[in-house]
Amino acid sequence: MEAIAPKIIFWVFAGLMLGSAFVVVHGRHLVRSAFALLATFFSVAGFYAMLGADFLAGVQLLVYVGGILTLILFGVMLTNRIYNLELETATFQVVPGALVALTVFGCLVAIIYNTPWSKAALVEEGPTTPAIGRLLMTEYVLPFEVASVLLLVALLGAAMLVRRRTDL
Amino acid sequence: MISLESYLVVAAALFSLGLYGILTRKNAVNVLMSIELIFNSANINLIAFSRYVTGDTEGQVFALFVIVIAACEAAVALAIIMSLYRILKGVELTDASALKG
Repeated sequence: MEAIAPKIIFWVFAGLMLGSAFVVVHGRHLVRSAFALLATFFSVAGFYAMLGADFLAGVQLLVYVGGILTLILFGVMLTNRIYNLELETATFQVVPGALVALTVFGCLVAIIYNTPWSKAALVEEGPTTPAIGRLLMTEYVLPFEVASVLLLVALLGAAMLVRRRTDL
Repeated sequence: MISLESYLVVAAALFSLGLYGILTRKNAVNVLMSIELIFNSANINLIAFSRYVTGDTEGQVFALFVIVIAACEAAVALAIIMSLYRILKGVELTDASALKG
């Protein structure tokens, strides 16, 4: 009976993820969308944990929930007059957009079920942090350094873009 | 045991929801949230493949780089949205039509 439990957890996470993602893309209220995104990020982290990626689940919570979601909430607060409590957002092109999205989803599902995936033997689950650290310092050290330069450039570029051009 | 296909189908549904959001939302911040959904679905695919197809941790390193790039993208996109707000006094994408032919 222990084979049932992972399935239940999987579908609970999947339902939470897709339900909150639907609120994100279709909700009327902007702040509510931002908080629904929180639930989506949490359930994606749960998926990572179920796939044996413990380090990635932690990084997902720290970077997405702690960083990106806070940034998005700042964006919501700074680009709307907060004293109007409505903060409603409009949608347009709903029918063509839904058609395109459904077509893409159908094609993806057909491809997923018609492709013979080559399956490897499942490895023993364990801490993945040492392996990731070793790969980052040996094989992927150049992308690692490039990513740090990219972060610096994005930081400086964002600061340049939002500054008022009075003292130039 | 949950099959690889279940993870891929859930990730495909998340991708389609993000695509729908990008196509139908007027608010630029909402479009940014939809892009984050697409990043997450790609990451689920990378980690599922690294567990079921290759069986090592290299896919997780790729997912880590995707998270780094998503952080950069969010910062720069919000800076652009702030500039847009300063010019247009709003972030409705249908108003940003200066380059429309």
